[in-house]
Amino acid sequence: MNKIIVCIKGVPIPGTIKVDSETHTLKRESLELILNPNDRVAIEMAIRLKEIYDFKVIVISMGPPNVIPILKHAYALGCDEMILLSDKIFAGSDTLATSLVLAKAIQTLSPYSLILTGLKSIDGETAQVPPEIGALLEIPSITNVKKLFKQNGFWIIIRENEYGEEELELSEPFVASINSHTFDYLRPPSLKRLLEVKKIEPVIFTANELGLSPEQVGLKGSPTQVINIFEKKIEAKGTIMEGSPQELAEKLIRILKTKDLI
Amino acid sequence: MLNYSFSEEQKILIELITKIGEEYIKPYALKWDEEEILEERPLKALADADLFGIIIPSEYGGLGWGCLEMCLAIEKLSYYCAGISTTYAATFLGSYPIILFGNKEQKEKYLPEIAKGHKICAFALTEPQAGSDAFAIKTIAKKEGDFYYINGMKHFITNGGIADIYIVIALTDPSKGARGASAFLIEKNDPGFSIGKKEKKLGLRSSMTTELLFNDCKIPKNRLIGKEGMGFIIALKTLDFGRCGVGAQAIGIAQAAMEVSLKYAFYRIQFGQPVYNFQAVNHTFAEMATKIEAARALVYNVAKYIDNGAKDVSGVSSMAKYFATDIAMWVTERAIQMMGGFGYMRDYPVQKYFRDAKCLQIYEGTNEIQKNIIARELLKYYK
Repeated sequence: MNKIIVCIKGVPIPGTIKVDSETHTLKRESLELILNPNDRVAIEMAIRLKEIYDFKVIVISMGPPNVIPILKHAYALGCDEMILLSDKIFAGSDTLATSLVLAKAIQTLSPYSLILTGLKSIDGETAQVPPEIGALLEIPSITNVKKLFKQNGFWIIIRENEYGEEELELSEPFVASINSHTFDYLRPPSLKRLLEVKKIEPVIFTANELGLSPEQVGLKGSPTQVINIFEKKIEAKGTIMEGSPQELAEKLIRILKTKDLI
Repeated sequence: MLNYSFSEEQKILIELITKIGEEYIKPYALKWDEEEILEERPLKALADADLFGIIIPSEYGGLGWGCLEMCLAIEKLSYYCAGISTTYAATFLGSYPIILFGNKEQKEKYLPEIAKGHKICAFALTEPQAGSDAFAIKTIAKKEGDFYYINGMKHFITNGGIADIYIVIALTDPSKGARGASAFLIEKNDPGFSIGKKEKKLGLRSSMTTELLFNDCKIPKNRLIGKEGMGFIIALKTLDFGRCGVGAQAIGIAQAAMEVSLKYAFYRIQFGQPVYNFQAVNHTFAEMATKIEAARALVYNVAKYIDNGAKDVSGVSSMAKYFATDIAMWVTERAIQMMGGFGYMRDYPVQKYFRDAKCLQIYEGTNEIQKNIIARELLKYYK
């Protein structure tokens, strides 16, 4: 049976965020986490594909042990296996270090057909992890995917871009981040699976087990260092010009030309 | 306020229904009520969550749970929308006859689909001239060879038009009166079966209620449940089990009405202070909370009594139904009064709770009929 791997993230409940005063990163281990809402769409996509093509769905997350209830929630939504990537030295990882940990774990699950993720997390909002996983695994990655189906041994993918939709044809495996507005119905957890998952625990991988050294992960392995966190104030000042329509048109053209806009 | 020591499984059930209520029901309940529509989404969510399978035996794909779990589910669902909980509970009412009296073949054919929520059920006893006087039904089922031909009509049938399976009580031998009735499984596409008028109701407006019309409706003889003549036994047994569910609906509605009006009373400032500070108001809430707890205690205890395998459940299940629904009517009326003009406006849900609660005193046996049953049982118990 072929596999779909869904990468999910536990995010703080909006309004409850605590930031480490030294590293300026989120203190995840002491928070109550919820499933990143965008990831629920990726899980729904995986389950719908499972229903059509009979995939096994493996859900995977990097984080402290308080991510376990979220993995179990994913199981109750229909995922078949849970993997937690957890190690103290993972703390403070930026998107690249996170993607490295995820990619290393995903390698151990090879062969697989698809890696699905949410479009972005609601805490970091970078949307970088899905393409980074693709790059590290040296497989294609497509963002903002709305539809996926198989045709003549290939996957047909419809993704949303700035101008509308585009259709791509791809062979597996690849990474796809799913558009958050893909479905008008997302299933709730199943009672039977909620009862089942009480007796099951996720498989846990540490840095050592993934062959990762402390230099590759956490703050040390992260090229991005958060220097400061502040609220950005945007003040856009408009310019008001006066004159006859002809003068105004001439002025406007001059300005646009100096800015290389025309 | 009373904490019941529920099992882990029961807590998971309550938490799941709360999630479904918050996401799939609460934001839309007033809209459905206003437009008198039943949308597919909440039913799909209940189906995907396995909640139609609570009382279906596990060998047929359900959870095999009892009356208490059914009550907990219905109570919580009614807290969010009694229209949806009526649709949900009526499916149980339609599946009880199959669970209790169906043969292996019938169980294998229907129960797994009901458990998955792929098939919705309805229970059809009432006719225009046979309400409280259920024995006055006129719908006839005549056997010819390997088939029954059903003629007549049912009305006020919950889930009419949306159900896939209808349990219909019809007379196979009119000369025998009550002993001449039988129960049949009717599928929505059976020839000669159609849906009549859709009723316009005061409350429970997101639950569909229609007439059912039988015009030489031809069904194979294996659709008979139990034996000929068992129709009323099947109907009464089903209602014995179902009544607790109506009691549970009542608690859910009453709880919601109290919470909404209480929150209002805490914040509504008149004469320079929250209206809750006035004794006329806070004593009303004290009475509401006490009465709801009393009703809940009765419903849960009767449900547990049924689950323990008691046989003589008619009287006590009638008590649970009549007591809890009268309390819900009182609580919802007071909830409107506590909110004054705001309570009367359709922008707030309490007026919906009030309209929904009214039906509970009427359907599945009026509260007057419940008292008849209790009085009859008293004669047996204390003879």
